Formats: sequence, C-alpha cells, structure tokens
Amino acid sequence: MNNDNKPKNLFDELCKDYRFKEGFHTCINCGTCTAICPAAEFYKYDPRKIVNIVQTRDDQQIEELLKSDTIWYCGECMSCVTRCPRKNGPGLVIIALRDLSARLGYFTESEKGRQLLPLTHIMTGNILNYGYCVHPKSFKWEDHKESGPVWKWHTEHLEQSLARQGANYMGDGPGILRKIPQESLDELKAIFDVTGGTERIAIVEKYSKAKAEEMGMDFEEYEKQAFEYCSDKHFNH
Amino acid sequence: MITQGKQKIWSDYQKEIPDDHWYYVRSCIRQNFFPASEKMFTEITRNVLGKDIYETPHHTTCGGIAYHCDTIPQETVMTIVARQFALMTEAGYENYVPSCITSFGNYCEILETWHEFPELEAKIRENLWKACRREFNKPKYLAHTSDLIYHWRNQIAAKAKYHLVNKETGEPLKIVEHIGCHYAKMFPSKGVGGAEYPYVLAGMIESWGGQVVDYPERRHCCGYGFRQYHVKANRGYSVSNTHKKFESMEPFHPDAIITNCPGCPYFLDRWQYVIAEQTGKTYGKDGYGIPVLTYEELAGIVLGYDPWDLGLQLHQVAVEPLLDKIGMEYDPKAKYLGLNKEDILRPELPKSIKCC
Repeated sequence: MNNDNKPKNLFDELCKDYRFKEGFHTCINCGTCTAICPAAEFYKYDPRKIVNIVQTRDDQQIEELLKSDTIWYCGECMSCVTRCPRKNGPGLVIIALRDLSARLGYFTESEKGRQLLPLTHIMTGNILNYGYCVHPKSFKWEDHKESGPVWKWHTEHLEQSLARQGANYMGDGPGILRKIPQESLDELKAIFDVTGGTERIAIVEKYSKAKAEEMGMDFEEYEKQAFEYCSDKHFNH
Repeated sequence: MITQGKQKIWSDYQKEIPDDHWYYVRSCIRQNFFPASEKMFTEITRNVLGKDIYETPHHTTCGGIAYHCDTIPQETVMTIVARQFALMTEAGYENYVPSCITSFGNYCEILETWHEFPELEAKIRENLWKACRREFNKPKYLAHTSDLIYHWRNQIAAKAKYHLVNKETGEPLKIVEHIGCHYAKMFPSKGVGGAEYPYVLAGMIESWGGQVVDYPERRHCCGYGFRQYHVKANRGYSVSNTHKKFESMEPFHPDAIITNCPGCPYFLDRWQYVIAEQTGKTYGKDGYGIPVLTYEELAGIVLGYDPWDLGLQLHQVAVEPLLDKIGMEYDPKAKYLGLNKEDILRPELPKSIKCC
C-alpha cells in the first residue's frame, strides 16, 4: 500500500516526539541496556543497536527499523532507563519508533507489528466499552488457559465469586469492577476524539485491511493469525 | 552489598508520605485478578487505621496498559490522566494514590514530562477542556498504595495477630519481595528506597517478623511486557522471564513471595502452574509451588483476617503451606464457597502442581 503521508525526514519526525526528546541523548554504545534487557535474552534483540541506528540519522535504516519485527520485541519494563550511564531511555525511543510505525502504517510489514491490530481492538474496546483496560467480559478463559483451572472455575461462577471477593461487579456507585457511569464513558470517547485516539484506531484498521487484502486473507482471519501465529525466527535459543 | 551500604541507599531515597486524606484510584488488573486485595486495602486503611480514603465511581482506567501496548497516542493517555486529576480536584483532595504500579509510573512520567515541557501540559489542559469541560490541579503528593501500607507498617505490626515466623522452629520466614518495574526504574526518587534496592516491601517484611531473601535476579522483570502477554503468540516471553526468576530464587528456599504490582502476582503464580504442567518442576516443598501474595493479602494474614475473605482461593498456587507455617487458623472446607456459604463447586486440580 502506498504511503501518502510519509514525512520528508523520519529522524526529524522522531525528534518531535516527547518520549524521544526525553529518551534520546548521546549513546556511547556501551551495551548496558542490552545486558539488563529481559527482551534481549529471549528475542534476537539488541536495544543498543536500535539506538545506534537511530543516531546515524540515516532515513533508509530508520525506515527498515520501522518496518521490522525488532522494534516490537521490547516489553517496556524500562529496566534500561535505570542503568544507562548517559541517561538515555532506549525504552522511550522504542515507544516513539512504534508510534511512528503505527502512524505511517509500517507496522503491517512485520509479523510482530501486525499484532497491533488485535491489541488495538482489545485495549481500546475495553476502554471505550467499559472504562477499563482489562475487563471480565473480554478476558476469556479460552484465550488464557495459562490462568489455570482456578480461573476457569472463577469465570464459570463469575458473579458469585466476585461477590465473595467484595466486588461491586457492574453495580452502581464506587467499588471493585463497578459499572463506569455512561457519562464518564462518554467523556473517554470525547477524549479519544479530541486527542487522536479515535483517529489512531482508524489508521491501524485502514493499513491492516490493506495488508490483509495484499496477503489474500479476509480481515477476521488476518486478525486471528496476527494474535496467534508465532514463527520461530524471533528467538535467541 | 554490606548492610550499611543498603541502609545508606535507603536513607537517600525516602519520600514524604502524608498521613491522611488520600484520593484513591483503582487498578484495572487488580480488580480483575485480585479483587479482594483492593477490598482489603480500604478495609485496613479505613476501618483498622481510621484513615480518610476517598473514591468516586466516575474515575476510570488511566489508560496506562493501552499506552504501553502502543495502542493510544501520548496525548490520549495524558488527557485521560488529566481527567482523573480533575476529579480529584473537584472532590477537594490533593494527595493522590493509585492502586496500580503501571498507573503510578504513568502518573510519574506524565508529571515529569509536563514539568520538562510546560507547553505540552498547556495543550493537555486545552484538550481536557474541549473534551470534558473540566480543569485540574496537579496532585501535591503522589504515592502508590504500597507506599501507604509501608508508611503504616508499624501500626499494622502493633495490631498483628500473626507474625512472619515459622511457629514450629521460631525462625523468621524467608520472603522474596518483587517490585513492579514501573514503581521506580524510571524515576528512582519516586520510590521508597530507590530503584536498585527498594525498601517499600522489604520494610513490611521486616516489620512483620520475616526475613528478606536477596537473590541474583531480584530486580528482573516478572515478564508481563504488556504486548508480550496480551497477544497470545508472545506469551513465551512472559513465562521465560518468570522461569528465570524462579530458577534464581530456588536455592534460597523462599517461604513466600510478595509483590506490589498488579500483574506480577498473577504471572509469578500462574506461570508456576504452567511450568509445572509443562516440565513437572515445582519450586516449593513436596510438589507445592511458592505462594505469591499481594502486600494487602500479607497484611491481612498478619492482622488475622479469614484467608478466604482475602481472596487467597483465587491463587493457582496453594497458600495453605504458608498459612500452616505461620500457624494461622482457617477452615479448609470454606475455601471455594460463594457469598453466604453458597456451594459454587470447586476448581479442577492441576496435573502436576499440588493444590489443597
């Protein structure tokens, strides 16, 4: 899919991002971030290299990065921020790179990047429908069998179990898992509309639909594959 | 590290925590997975300690998990947070306490970014007015709920019915403390004890009679990783990180783990179940796992609350070995009863990890 809103210079675009301003200073390539990084141990991932590529200011290399799996390996734990001797935040640089990749539609070019579609649907759906990032109505045991037989039992007896725990599930007034009043949900929707949240959902869907078509898949199948499929090319071991 | 060194670091990283009048906001994950912990926080702070903890039903998610899953722009999460601050302002409070560590980190980051870039704060104020017709003051004090329990730990100890001591041997129980990454890794000065040697949970353990376990991977992430858990294809990342921590703590034979993050107790509990099912390996004695508790659950045990009122039945790793070591009295048959002792059946037993 042709990108009709590609900026003239990707590095200059990154420099407008406040996370980038906070997290990108002069990197001395010491590799402390990589040594401490949980993702670097699991994936073929090296935050030192990412920051180094960015500081070359080479647009071609930055574009390759934005289209790669690499930028999606980070878990945003921010362990790198604590240890960097130059006060860089590689994790913050990653957030800025991901944001730009999403805005430009480059995320669809990688397996891990394409996961942004189901993630967007899960997270923004929960926020706009319920006012929570995670909610019992969408966190299904079938999708989370690692939550164990105790969680299967809990979800099968959800209302009784939550009442036993002292929750006010879907109830009025304050309390645990209360129903967020409709006027508050309306305010969240207005915030999404004013701040680009709604537009971001539309952009992610637009580029994902185009990619699904390119890959010869219907949209539902594309989203399911993005959520579930994992090739073996990502791992260190 | 020698003890004096740790104490020096801890004394350098102390924060002012007002003693009363807090505006309380809940955690998305904790309400789902450890609902009774939030119930216990308000029970202990309001009814045992007599503190003013205010909550409005109109507060929502802070958007932090969606933000760290890269699904919403920075201005969106900042304006959601601005609305939370507006609700605090309208209620007449200036001390703000979130139950969630992702939220706590989110608030710290946003306040710091606004401090560095006042033009961004001005833009967010404009966004909030356009969207909600609200205005806000920034909190005068920001603390995490674990900071408050830490602050009141000695008052809790003074009312303790049980101590973190093995009733058979008289030895202090060995407790692993696991701090959520976003508590202080980004802003060490915002956490009690800093980022490298946080004291917030260690202080509770010591005050309640236990002994803190130091082990090589103490500061390693539990493996949540936001998108690394919420997307099914990525969950190997999450279990691998938990596995690394358990392999590292195993030689120290911990009696329990306590955490201050919403996701960490869930992952450290559930991935023990998965590791056992996949490999047959368990990390506790006699085929059990190592119980993983929230700090409110541990405070509730110390204060002598019924373990099933604390929600310990929602753990996959059995907590009974810990309760037995402490000498706590409880009714095993009541574990899975519903409200008013209603029979709501029982969970199936896992194949490999022992459960009661």
